[in-house]
Amino acid sequence: MSTNAPTNLHSAPHEPTALWVGATVGLIALWFVIYWQLPQFSDWTTSRLPFVPGSPLAEAVKFFVYDTPKVLMLLTLVVFGMGVVRSFFSPERTRALLAGKSEGIGNVAAAGLGVFTPFCSCSAVPLFVGFVSAGVPLGVTFSFLIAAPMVNEVALGLLFGLVGWKVALTYLVFGLGIATISGWVIGRLHLEGWLEEWVRNVRSGAVEIPIESPSIVDRIKAGREAVRDIVGRVWMWIIVGIAAGAFIHGYVPSDLLASIMGKGAWWSVPAVVLIGIPMYSNAAGIIPVVEALLTKGVALGTVLAFMMSVIALSFPEMIILRKVLTTKLLIVFFGIVGLGIIAVGYLFNALFS
Amino acid sequence: MKDVKVLGSGCKRCEATELMIRTEAQKLGIEISVEKVTDYAEIAKFGIVSTPGVVIDGKVVHAGGAPKAEDVAKWLAA
Repeated sequence: MSTNAPTNLHSAPHEPTALWVGATVGLIALWFVIYWQLPQFSDWTTSRLPFVPGSPLAEAVKFFVYDTPKVLMLLTLVVFGMGVVRSFFSPERTRALLAGKSEGIGNVAAAGLGVFTPFCSCSAVPLFVGFVSAGVPLGVTFSFLIAAPMVNEVALGLLFGLVGWKVALTYLVFGLGIATISGWVIGRLHLEGWLEEWVRNVRSGAVEIPIESPSIVDRIKAGREAVRDIVGRVWMWIIVGIAAGAFIHGYVPSDLLASIMGKGAWWSVPAVVLIGIPMYSNAAGIIPVVEALLTKGVALGTVLAFMMSVIALSFPEMIILRKVLTTKLLIVFFGIVGLGIIAVGYLFNALFS
Repeated sequence: MKDVKVLGSGCKRCEATELMIRTEAQKLGIEISVEKVTDYAEIAKFGIVSTPGVVIDGKVVHAGGAPKAEDVAKWLAA
């Protein structure tokens, strides 16, 4: 810009900023107003439905009618918030923070950063290679890779809204715990030799990407973009998940579930972890199911183990990671994370009995 | 003639990025050659961690997510 630009140009960029911030605050306020009216709206809708009150079908439909708008609204707010928060993080910056960190501290930091760093499973391979080749210890890389999908904002936000803050907080703590400890164990085992050969041979230096510090408007736009992208992608999963939850809520007898997934059945924790591996759903789809299972008297630890297994361990992820890990290392990875999840399941069932 | 590389394993966003670069270059009337780099080992050598990445004349200008059109125009014009 030339130096003799009119002075009023300086104020020009502030106007849209105020407009954006104002509109955002207004929309969030509107969100809360609508959200508080939801139970009334759902009551009104269900009272109009021609079902016998208390019948399985009525219960299932009620669950669906109450949960669908609630989950979609919660998801939108959480994704927007995290979109804004994530504009402060990037995988490149996270790597710079983690490179050269010692194990232990590095594992904790990696697990924590895994929650906030934008991460898409399609980027898992470049991320893995980029981390390892830039001197991030293998175990620390794994801590990140475990925490990123498992302890994500969608899971936490929906657990908070549907099941309560206590369960959400415990999930956060234990999810980070599993990521930290599993990564640390893998690091202690010194399995660098079990990486695919080409991964060991890649040497990359850190790259300086000229990123201009984003403005507030850019960050709001990032949040909006995240909503468009994530909500646009997962809403189908959510509807399917709520339908499954509604079915469980209305039709599956409590006695049955409580007897096979209750605290009394010791084998149920490893069983649900195994069942969860081939099931591929994202957090948004699985949480309505979690909610329904909990109301049916299924033990909390068993439900959380199931949820962690579905989200953190999946076949598509295995196939993606097979490009960088030898089969041996892949089995060790899944074995350690699986055992960690089982341990958390038992611990919970013991603590909350 | 600018040498543009789009780094990524062929995900949807990578393709969108490539298309955006071609469109912007055409709008600006800048001649470019676009090469898609899909090999993970090659991608890693550029030092990026998230895809798609954009490299212009050997310099990494972007990594992770689809870039903004106005940024693309800026890189091409630079």
